[in-house]
This record gives sequence, structure tokens and C-alpha cells, in this order.
Amino acid sequence: MPAPVIATQNLVKSYPVKNSKDFVAVDGISFEVAPGESFGLLGPNGAGKSTTMRMIGAVSTRTSGDLDVLGLDPNRYGPEIRSQLGVVPQENNLDLELKVRENLLVYGRYFGLPRARVARRADELLEFAQLADKAGAKVDDLSGGMKRRLTIARALINDPRILLLDEPTTGLDPQARHILWDRLFRLKEQGTTLLLTTHYMDEAEQLCDRLVVVDKGRIMAEGSPADLIRRYSSREVLEVRFGSTQNAEVAGRIQGYGERVDVLPDRILVYSDSGEYELERMSAAGLHPITSLVRRASLEDVFLRLTGRNLIE
Amino acid sequence: MTGPQLSPSTIAASARSPRPFGSLYVGNARSVMARGWRATRSTNSLVVVSGFVEPIFYLLSMGLGLGALIGQVQTADGTQVTYAAFIAPALLAVAAMNGAIYDSTWNVFFKMQFAKLYEGMLSTSLGPLDVALGEISLALLRGLLYATGFLLVMQALGLNLSWWALVALPAVLLIAFGFASVGMAVTSYMKTFQQMDWINFVLLPMFLFSATFYPLSVYPAGIQYVIQALPLWHGVELVRALTTGQIDPGLLWHVLYYVVMIIIGLVLTTRRLRALFLD
Repeated sequence: MPAPVIATQNLVKSYPVKNSKDFVAVDGISFEVAPGESFGLLGPNGAGKSTTMRMIGAVSTRTSGDLDVLGLDPNRYGPEIRSQLGVVPQENNLDLELKVRENLLVYGRYFGLPRARVARRADELLEFAQLADKAGAKVDDLSGGMKRRLTIARALINDPRILLLDEPTTGLDPQARHILWDRLFRLKEQGTTLLLTTHYMDEAEQLCDRLVVVDKGRIMAEGSPADLIRRYSSREVLEVRFGSTQNAEVAGRIQGYGERVDVLPDRILVYSDSGEYELERMSAAGLHPITSLVRRASLEDVFLRLTGRNLIE
Repeated sequence: MTGPQLSPSTIAASARSPRPFGSLYVGNARSVMARGWRATRSTNSLVVVSGFVEPIFYLLSMGLGLGALIGQVQTADGTQVTYAAFIAPALLAVAAMNGAIYDSTWNVFFKMQFAKLYEGMLSTSLGPLDVALGEISLALLRGLLYATGFLLVMQALGLNLSWWALVALPAVLLIAFGFASVGMAVTSYMKTFQQMDWINFVLLPMFLFSATFYPLSVYPAGIQYVIQALPLWHGVELVRALTTGQIDPGLLWHVLYYVVMIIIGLVLTTRRLRALFLD
């Protein structure tokens, strides 16, 4: 295996809090990302994903632990590391005082790249981001999806070896998300290393070769999406509804069905290798749900299993 | 000049020889300046024009209008000059201050709090000192344009009494640099619009009372010391001495005052940008 482009070992970031003990945002995270790999940090809000990204992006210094990005220590070689990274932050921070193409030109110059090279690259990237006809438009006039694509194009202006994407598709409509995934998939095919955070399971399944599930600053599980589903869920999930008043009573009668039964206020989930089989068992026992659905298990099931169902505030 | 873009092999090379300012400065402030120039050209041109004509309006109304009633005024070393020639250099210093303050306070505040512009810049290979110097240099460039225009107006009105007035240009740049540097440092600590109002609250009395419209000698001795502690007084005295041709080595104290201001401002700004965006 080639040397990793990102390696973290017991990475910790804590912030001092007045009259209280420090707030620990990242609490001993260790993982490695190989060149060309697409790696995901999956977790609920406040899990420490963005903080981890900021440390890797050399814009935040770690409290303790080891961090190595492209063979360098971000604490000492911030500018060198950042010159090889493309960063797509959670909130777009495009330059609203500049036009679309100017955003790329000016950003390229921040890296000290020659003017001619930046101009050439900007045109390629506008094409890539499907924004060529918007080159002279104001940033404010772009749709959410276009702004996002422009932010990604901007992050590619320096031909980065690693692209950091913090929740790349949050807040976008389905069409815009699919276009974006397609673009990111192409980058991956071209060999760009992708590191992304997300709380969308389908996104992680679409884009990540490997991922870690993070909660409260710690890694809960690590593996490929399929691997994690195998380990923490079943092949299929049967969802049945009996009406909110009946669920609890029914739940008592189907204990032992499948590998595991999860009772939610509005429905019951049965994890099993065959949802149809469990549904037949239910009918045979005289239980007839109002609605039933057999679906493939997803990372969402893994995620909820690992991080719990309580709302995290 | 090739700039700081680094191939893997140069990364290894620079890993052996870190830059003198560490990660704070990579010598690419000009790209930040170029950004500001582009942005000013496309969206802020009206602000530039208003900053240029404002001191000229003051000069015409107070210098020529009010000056007709006042006649001659005595400068610090006792020379008699016309009232317009007395306040013109002060207005020049004030114009430098206002231009620098506008660029380094409201403008910077907006970019920090709302546009997240600096966050974007600092995720490239730029360091915080590149950003600070780039923004301040742009403020200076604008100050230079205003000052040149204003000096030409003064020349046309016969208010430059000496060839030393040419040296007022670099002097005005120094003044602008001092205010821009401190202004940006103060702004980087501000979080709300209400706090930003304090800047105006400080600037207005300083503009009115720094021996701008009348000589320092009208104040009682105690008050004079207070006025002499203010940055604008040093700027007014420096520019006035140059345009009226009353040169003496004591002027270097004013220069020193601004040099100290510049250094303190840059150190604070860099430190603060680092704390905010590179914690």
C-alpha cells in the first residue's frame, strides 16, 4: 500500500471554556487515507467532523496527537500543505464582489500561480462545473447548486492533490445533488483524493470507498459502506406500521423476529436477511400491518444503530 | 517572480528551510491587493469618488468661505498664513485618515463577519500577514490617489507655500498606513455593528479638535498635552509643516509616532487573524 496522504493518530482538539472544563470537539481520532481514495467522515451535527477537517486543512492547530498531511506537519507547514489542498467549506464563501470567472482568477492568484495558467484552468473548470455560460454573471444571481459547483471549481484551481469537502450537498435539491455527485465521481476517477464529511447516508454510499462513523468526537466504526452495513445491520429491513397506539403491543409479540427489532413511535423495524420472510411470519401469526415496506439496509441503519436515535442538540 | 505554488519536491525543500515569518507570511500580499482593486473597480467606485470630493468641499466652504472672515492665522512656529492655507494640510491629513479608516474598518468588518472572505483566503497558501498587508496596501493606494488629487487642488488655489509640499505625499501615506493598520487591528476584535459605532465616536472629536481648524495654542496647557497624544494631531502638524515649508528636525517625532502605530497595528492584526481563522 502506498504511503497515506493523510494520517491521524489520537488527534485531539479542545477549546477552553470559561469557568468550566475544556470542550473536547475531537477526542482521539485515528485514521489513514490512501492516495486516490475517497474517504468519508459520517456523523451527526456536532460530532467533530468539521473540526477534524479544519485541522487537516491546516487552518486549525491540534491540541494533541499526531497529524500528517502529504508528509508534512500542518502546525509548521500550513502554507505548503494548503497549496496542495482544495477546500469546499460547509458554507459557501465565494467572493460576492467579483463575477463568476473572476472568483476563479483571483483565487488562483492567492496560490501565487502564474496569471496565464490560472486563466486557462479557470476556463476548463467553468466547463467542468457546467458554468461556462455564467462566466460573467454575478455570484449572487446563481442558484444554490451553481454556487456549490463554483465553490468546487474554485477549490480545484490549484490542481490539488486532496479535495476536502465539508457537507458538499447540504441544502441542495435532488437534481443539484445528483449533478454534484456526478462531478465528484469524475474527480475520483481522475485520481483526486477526496475527503468529505456528510450526514447523508446515500451520499456516503455513493461517494466513499471507506468511511468512519464519528460521534461525540470519537470514531464509532470504520470500513467500506457495504462492510459497515454487513457488520452493523442486516441485509434487509422490514418496516411495518400498525398505528401509533398498536405498535408497542405488537412489538411484544414479534420479539425474536429477524436479527433485531427496533420499535419507534410510528413504526417497527425488523432487521433480517429476508424482509419478505419476516412479513410472512407476521401474517401467519395473525398480525396485519397497515403498511409494510421491505428495503435494502442502508448506512442510515448503521448510523442510527451506532449513534442512537436521540436528537443530538 | 514565481510565487509560493509548490510542487512536491519543493515542499520537501522548504520543509528544510521554513520562511522567516513562519506560516504568517508567504510574500503574496499583492494577490490580496489585486483582489481588492478588482472589487473596487466593479462595485465600489461610488465610494471612491465620494471620498475624493468630500475634503475638497470642506476646503472650499471653510477655507475659502469662512477664511474670508478670519484672514490670517499663526502656525505653531509663529508664521502668519491665510486660513485656507492653514486648514488645507489638516484636511489632507484627515482625508488620509478617513480613507484608511473606511477601508480598514467597515470594509474589513463586513468581509470578516458576513462575506467570510478571509476564511477563503486563509484556506489557500496565504498567511494572515499577507492578508493584512494586502488589505492595508490597497487602503494606502486609495489614500495616495485622494492625496494627489487634493494636493493638485491646493496647488491650483495657491495653498502650497513651499516645494516641501511634494514630501506631503509620502507623509500622507505614512499617516494612512498608521490608521489603516490600527483600524484593522481594532476591527478584528469587533463583533457587532454597535461596537463598530464606537469607531465613529472616537474619530469625530479627533477630527474636530486635533488643531485641525485652529492652532493648538488656543487650548490651556493641560488640554494641549491630551491633544498632542492623539494620532491625528501628529499627522496634521506633519503635513502642515511640509505644505507651509516650516521644516525642522522635530518633525521626525511625528514620523516615529506613526511608525510605532504601524508596527503595533500589524502585530495585533496578524495575531488576531491567526486566532480567528487559524486557531
